[in-house]
Amino acid sequence: MEIKKPKIKSMQYEDFKDNEYLEKMVAEINAEGTNVLLGSLDDLINWGRSNSLWPLTFATSCCGIEFMALGAARYDMARFGFEVARASPRQADMIMVCGTITDRMAPVLKRLYDQMPDPKYVIAVGGCAVSGGPFKKSYHVVNGVDQIMPVDVYIPGCPPRPESFYYGMMQLQRKVKLEKFFGGVNRKEKEEK
Amino acid sequence: MNIKDRILEIVPEAQFAEQGDLTATIPAESFHALAERLKNDEDAQFDFLLSLTGMDWGETLGVVYHLESTKYGHNIVLKTMTDNRENPELPSVTDLWEAADFNEREVFDFFGIRFVNHSDMRRLYLREDWVGYPLRKDYDDSLNPLRMTNEVTEDTTEELSLDDEGNLINKTNVLFEDKEYVVNIGPQHPATHGVLRFRTSLEGETIKKIEPYCGYIHRGIEKMNESLTYPQTLALTDRLDYLGAHQNRHAVCMCVEKAMGVEVSERVQYIRTIMDELQRIDSHLLFYSCACMDLGALTAFFYGFRDREKILDIFEATTGGRLIQNYNTIGGVQTDIAPDFVKNVKEFIAYLRPLLKEYHDVFTGNVITQQRFKGVGVLTREDAISFGATGGTGRASGWACDTRKRKPYAMYGKVDFKEIVYTEGDCFARYMVRMDEILESMKIIEQLIDNIPEGDYQVKMKPIIRVPEGNYFASVEASRGEFGVFIESHGDKFPYRMKYRSTGLPLVSVIDTITRGAKIADLIAIGATLDYVVPDIDR
Repeated sequence: MEIKKPKIKSMQYEDFKDNEYLEKMVAEINAEGTNVLLGSLDDLINWGRSNSLWPLTFATSCCGIEFMALGAARYDMARFGFEVARASPRQADMIMVCGTITDRMAPVLKRLYDQMPDPKYVIAVGGCAVSGGPFKKSYHVVNGVDQIMPVDVYIPGCPPRPESFYYGMMQLQRKVKLEKFFGGVNRKEKEEK
Repeated sequence: MNIKDRILEIVPEAQFAEQGDLTATIPAESFHALAERLKNDEDAQFDFLLSLTGMDWGETLGVVYHLESTKYGHNIVLKTMTDNRENPELPSVTDLWEAADFNEREVFDFFGIRFVNHSDMRRLYLREDWVGYPLRKDYDDSLNPLRMTNEVTEDTTEELSLDDEGNLINKTNVLFEDKEYVVNIGPQHPATHGVLRFRTSLEGETIKKIEPYCGYIHRGIEKMNESLTYPQTLALTDRLDYLGAHQNRHAVCMCVEKAMGVEVSERVQYIRTIMDELQRIDSHLLFYSCACMDLGALTAFFYGFRDREKILDIFEATTGGRLIQNYNTIGGVQTDIAPDFVKNVKEFIAYLRPLLKEYHDVFTGNVITQQRFKGVGVLTREDAISFGATGGTGRASGWACDTRKRKPYAMYGKVDFKEIVYTEGDCFARYMVRMDEILESMKIIEQLIDNIPEGDYQVKMKPIIRVPEGNYFASVEASRGEFGVFIESHGDKFPYRMKYRSTGLPLVSVIDTITRGAKIADLIAIGATLDYVVPDIDR
């Protein structure tokens, strides 16, 4: 069966890596078939959602400066609809974990994540958030944020270049575009209970 | 005055070690009396506690003090120790130097040494329920799994003090009364510039007291260094204060080079100086951007970042890195400068000069800026010295503390530049110091850029670097103050102890003093102009 291919402006589907992962995800989501009516509505809503993902202003260290550079004139993440950085987790769609997460910070980060409304996404930015990075052997560093919350996209680098940030953000957009909104991500919390 | 004779006169049992820097070992019981004399005697006047380092020597636990006199410029290293590992106790020097307050809490946190008469003996970086003391050599990390429970913040603290008969008594001090209105700011707050947390006691809008909580980005770099070889330790220094990456690394390289007696070529000195100054401009532009953004001037943020990108381009062409460059190495630099480096730097300076005027037009003269900066958060010169608040913050208070002038290193002794000193000590002075320093940095670069001599960019070093036994200290003027490196080597390929003098820790420790009586909105302006970088505070 031909699968739905998410469209990202100015970058072809084939140019992305990890397409197998995306295809597997689509197959799982659509295993029980798609409702034609809701499916079209999903597309519309996902188009809107994926192009206005509001990040939480969250940075602990070096990667945070690159995150600021993203917001500034040269890189300008407004082009992708990411520019509305929120200081409150209650208004954010996704959290970009920029920087090292330490043992003391971990419960705070988890609480921030829990305060975000569904559907919510996590991007682990930089070596530290991905795996502990250069501080892996430290007594006070969490070896990857995926130990405390689910991660959607990993962006490696120390710190990643702004271009890598974009690649990761576009990967997240692709994921959002393929999800089922009705009966899917918008009701995630109820299902868990 | 001979400091050695003076110390022997006060404490005849003092022992001196000549390996590395001159170090005096003082018995704990006579330490406080000696410190008091050194601080207060007319011809000694050691009024600046540069660094306070906790140590674990296996049998004994102790502290190393680096003292300096701002009047005479002389310095001394003091050591004191206790052989009681179960209940180590040493005299506190918080009554002499304010800087000792946070530093002694750090030592308590890492080594478990309790300081007698320190009024606030809590952990500084780690959670209250942390087991053991991580920088001790016999620390067992398996006792501390990741705890996901929320931390309980206590309103009281412990003090160990001496009563009139000389007995030790435990006292409980109150940080915040039950009736006080305490607002929590951070660790996740855009105006704290990272993950710093303030508990702020308010009376209406007026700040009564602030308790800073650090450690949300404490990465344990100093402990990691003890199992890394010297070249490996360099990589982590860039990540301390990432806006002074070159300078931090410069300090470590200088310290190891000094210990090994390595002379780097003049070309390297030129390159390092130019890179340090470019980094300083980079940092000050970011300071400008963030300070403006914190006060609500978003356009200025874009201006600063636009021009900062040009410096990052120059860095990237030579070093391959934008923010973190990993450029200095022991005995030189990683690679020679890019072919168009000289041209690009000159173009950049020509580009930036007129823009600085624009910055002032856009922001400095603005009525809101003037009202929110002038007369707000005044730090006196005495406090700046006592807290050890170096860098732009100290210079804004009238303390000429520039390491480039005090202890010239690299090319700074041979170039002509002015040390920017303001005397007001308020937010506006702190802001202006940094803006003016951009001009001075450009002046330094202009004097050097055309004359970079030919030569090697790297001295040939042995594959395994073993630093001779001893204590070494070197410091540079980083973007936001004096960044020092203290190495104790036992002759191995790993440092026995490597401590960084954080530029940001003194800046955070002054915040309680200078915000007293200010409005809560002023806290944002004060925090912005102090210009600390949190990973550098927490290390």
